[in-house]
Amino acid sequence: MPSLKDLRNRIASVKATQKITKAMQMVAAAKLRRAQEAAEAARPYSERMGSVLANITQAIGGGGDAPALMTGTGKDNVHLLVVCTAERGLCGGFNSQIARLARDHIRRLLADGKQVKIICVGKKGFDILRRDYASLILDRVDLREVKTLGFVNADAIAKKVIHLFNEGAFDICTLFYSQFKSVISQVPTAQQIIPAGVASAPAEAVDGGNAVYEYEPEPGEILSDLIPRNISVQVFRALLENAAGEMGAKMSAMDNATRNAGEMINKLSITYNRQRQAQITKELIEIISGAEAL
Amino acid sequence: MAEAFKFELVSPERLLVSAEVESVVIPGAEGEMTVMAHHAPVMTTIKPGVVTVKAASGSEERYVVFGGFADIVPAGCTLLAESAVAVKDVDRADLARRIQEAKEDAADAKDDQARSKAEQFLSQLTTLEGAILPA
Repeated sequence: MPSLKDLRNRIASVKATQKITKAMQMVAAAKLRRAQEAAEAARPYSERMGSVLANITQAIGGGGDAPALMTGTGKDNVHLLVVCTAERGLCGGFNSQIARLARDHIRRLLADGKQVKIICVGKKGFDILRRDYASLILDRVDLREVKTLGFVNADAIAKKVIHLFNEGAFDICTLFYSQFKSVISQVPTAQQIIPAGVASAPAEAVDGGNAVYEYEPEPGEILSDLIPRNISVQVFRALLENAAGEMGAKMSAMDNATRNAGEMINKLSITYNRQRQAQITKELIEIISGAEAL
Repeated sequence: MAEAFKFELVSPERLLVSAEVESVVIPGAEGEMTVMAHHAPVMTTIKPGVVTVKAASGSEERYVVFGGFADIVPAGCTLLAESAVAVKDVDRADLARRIQEAKEDAADAKDDQARSKAEQFLSQLTTLEGAILPA
């Protein structure tokens, strides 16, 4: 049985923890709002990019001059996985969910006799994947110092990937990140970015989609300029979704922690009060029985 | 007074302009062009340069863009820029850094094709610098 002093110390320490988790929750809530705004601000660009890409692909009509980034190498022997996770922990199952999806994917590919290479974006994913697949990790990108995610960060990652592709280091590239559904729900997602699976988007989504475009320079040339940029945009979107998802996950994790701490404080207070009362009763009995003995 | 049309300037980070405008001058890869209402559908890549937007109200604004492409349809014009800032907010140091990088790229280029591309990009950047510095 812990002494009264021990209990008092325990309650004080849980209270201090509760204060910290509460503060972290509020910080996450504020950051979540900013991350969500950033994700929304980036949406018009990626939407436009999608419709423009669909237009051009239609114009080319799968002709022979489509760049390799789009058609792929025609093989699927070497897979590159770009695993995007958060830089910090304390956000529930957010990082491990992404890592688990990636790990399942890796296991399946290895079982099929494919070669796997990994690029880790974010420290946490690297820490998790390093345990099992350290030899497969090519590179890691650290975004710890980055305060606000900019397009340049995504562009740097995309350039790295494209550079590897041009060297023939891999055939298929898949991006792993967490899709931001809502504050309480983030869905880990795998998305293939090379070869670019161009969605055969219906043309009615585009104003004047039926119009005959003039291309300046040639469609093929525009396309070869566009596809790398599209990859950057996809990476950027993944990073933004991840940032929003991380904050959402952190918020709910910290909310849980705060509530747990509250419950614990209640329980400890009850034990503390009972024990104090028991001690008072014991002292009273001692006094009374002492008086009776006289 | 010319007819107004819808113009959007979008960078990956945000939507910069979305307004009814009278005309827009775009630094196309194969020469500058002025877009007005009912322009024939054109898709073009753009080089680093200045986009001049003449709003329906008559006011004129200038933006610096670093590459990207434009999607022009009769109903409007969308400019997807890799990076875009208003001319008055241009960061000199940033521009100087880009020029420096372009110079390094040109020096590092392995084959002739890559070198000519890098040099072209560099000359576009220096022209741009000349165009906005006195402003």
